[in-house]
Amino acid sequence: MTDTSQPPRKGQDFEQVLDKSDTRVASFETRAKSPVERLQHLLHGNPTLVPVIVLLVSIAAFGVIAGGKFFSAFNLTLIMQQVSIIGILAAAQTLIILTAGIDLSVAAIMVLMAVIAGNLAVYSGVPSGIALLIAFAGGAGAGLMNGFLVTKIKLPPFISTLGTWSIFYALNLWLSGAQSIRSQDIDANAPLLKLFGETIAIGSARLTYGSLLMVLIFLVLWYMLNKTAWGRHVYAVGDDKDAAELAGIRTDRTLLSVYALSGLICAIAAWASIGRVGSISPQAFYDGNLQSITAVVIGGISLFGGRGSILGALFGALIVGVFQSGLRLAGVDVLWQVFAIGWLIILAVAIDQWIRKVSA
Amino acid sequence: MTQPILQARGLVKRYGRVTALDNCDFDLMAGEILAVIGDNGAGKSSLIKALSGAIKPDAGEIRLDGQEVAFASPLEAQNAGIATVYQTLALSPALSIVDNMFIGHEIRKEGIAGSLFRALDHGKMRDFARQKLNELGLMTIQNIDQKVETLSGGQRQGVAVARAAAFGSKVIILDEPTAALGVKESRKVLDLILDVRSRGIPIILISHNMPHVFEVADRIHVHRLGKRLCVINPKDYTMSDAVAFMTGAKQPEGVMAEA
Repeated sequence: MTDTSQPPRKGQDFEQVLDKSDTRVASFETRAKSPVERLQHLLHGNPTLVPVIVLLVSIAAFGVIAGGKFFSAFNLTLIMQQVSIIGILAAAQTLIILTAGIDLSVAAIMVLMAVIAGNLAVYSGVPSGIALLIAFAGGAGAGLMNGFLVTKIKLPPFISTLGTWSIFYALNLWLSGAQSIRSQDIDANAPLLKLFGETIAIGSARLTYGSLLMVLIFLVLWYMLNKTAWGRHVYAVGDDKDAAELAGIRTDRTLLSVYALSGLICAIAAWASIGRVGSISPQAFYDGNLQSITAVVIGGISLFGGRGSILGALFGALIVGVFQSGLRLAGVDVLWQVFAIGWLIILAVAIDQWIRKVSA
Repeated sequence: MTQPILQARGLVKRYGRVTALDNCDFDLMAGEILAVIGDNGAGKSSLIKALSGAIKPDAGEIRLDGQEVAFASPLEAQNAGIATVYQTLALSPALSIVDNMFIGHEIRKEGIAGSLFRALDHGKMRDFARQKLNELGLMTIQNIDQKVETLSGGQRQGVAVARAAAFGSKVIILDEPTAALGVKESRKVLDLILDVRSRGIPIILISHNMPHVFEVADRIHVHRLGKRLCVINPKDYTMSDAVAFMTGAKQPEGVMAEA
């Protein structure tokens, strides 16, 4: 090839026909899809639909099986109360799981912060508001510690939070002396701590402030994740951290903010839990970590990060609550409730895999 | 002699026992298209990553507009005006085309919605992204809110190139921008490269495609064994000369050091 004689900037010979190329937007004949394929496509486009459908179907099913006892405003709002703490923890858990991490310490942070706020407000005479602010700061700090271990020491999130789970749990036993703070002591010295146990009655419905708080937290987080740059960065980091870094995201900073916010939400859950439980027990919610992960998984959020809507975790928590309530009212033994939740987790992930295999 | 807009001297980068950059020099002049060619493993990508802030060189200095710079992250390089299309494209598959184009450069709404509530202006970002993709002739993208994972390899590359062209104000670096593209899309990217140069922005083009390199490049930086072997003018040498230099089949003699 004698390139020196080639006239520059004209392109290659075989490219000369490009001027005549088709400029229409591509369109194709589409094959008629079967109803199952349509459903698969619909679910692929709207992944949160799965938990919504499961929730509605299970409410309807238990309404038929367990009758009016189940399908009453009182019982449905009771379910919301029952899931509110795990629901808030699931919101915190979702943030971590969206970044392709996992947080085994959410419930431990919550209980530790409840004990700290309770000790300060009930025994040390610190004003309740200040005690709560200290607990919020502590929660954010505990989350930051997890974030530091993940981003700076570069430990896998599973290992970091497995370690801090034990550390926070031990601190909580030490601070509380393994003793509960009694309900009447809280009422006498720091009634503000029980704020989220307050109820709004509408007919026979009993909405607690804690239930409303859970919904509010999910709505705020939904906004942050979908309508702000920070939220897009959280998804990008969870999807492919290296790509996100190259694209111009300070990934470590994003991760630290996610862990700190998650810790703060756990501390808010601590406040709500005092209202829900009444007393402050260092032994409470020992398996809250796993329950929060269950809600997230049933909500259709991918454990591999970057996919799923945070509202899914809310529906996931409610589905668990509906199953427990429905089976109990239908007279089924507790052990079979646990059995059913186990199958629910497996089914949720299996459906998720099926949706992902969507073919055009 | 005019001052190079982007210059590197004595760059060294080692990964354990592997030396990727061995006292490498580099010069990019204002308004030119500089092609970087070299065998696989010659250290082209390491050079590009050092210039774009993705890796920190162990030694050596980089100057942008005569000022010494040390980018700690790709974001710092981008903020200094260096936009890069990496071989891996650095896209997030689960995010939409618009989200990907604006990642790290999001536009917020005006007024309190943007300043206090940090709301993104999706409408404005969508319009801008569509305009940029149209300039690239990416007609086959039907929906701009489509997730990137639903795009073909070539379309993804187009999105990455459009992003760099939109945000690179001083230097645009393209690492194999046409590797996954069809004939027509390659042509569009080459036209875009020429168009960007006509706007006065210099381009670094890494490519294995010799006809493309010889067509658009003003100068060719031949990289071999972790350093700059020579810089040649495509008008004075043939493609086979260039291939001979980069594979070591022939030693350059009396090559032009700087244009």
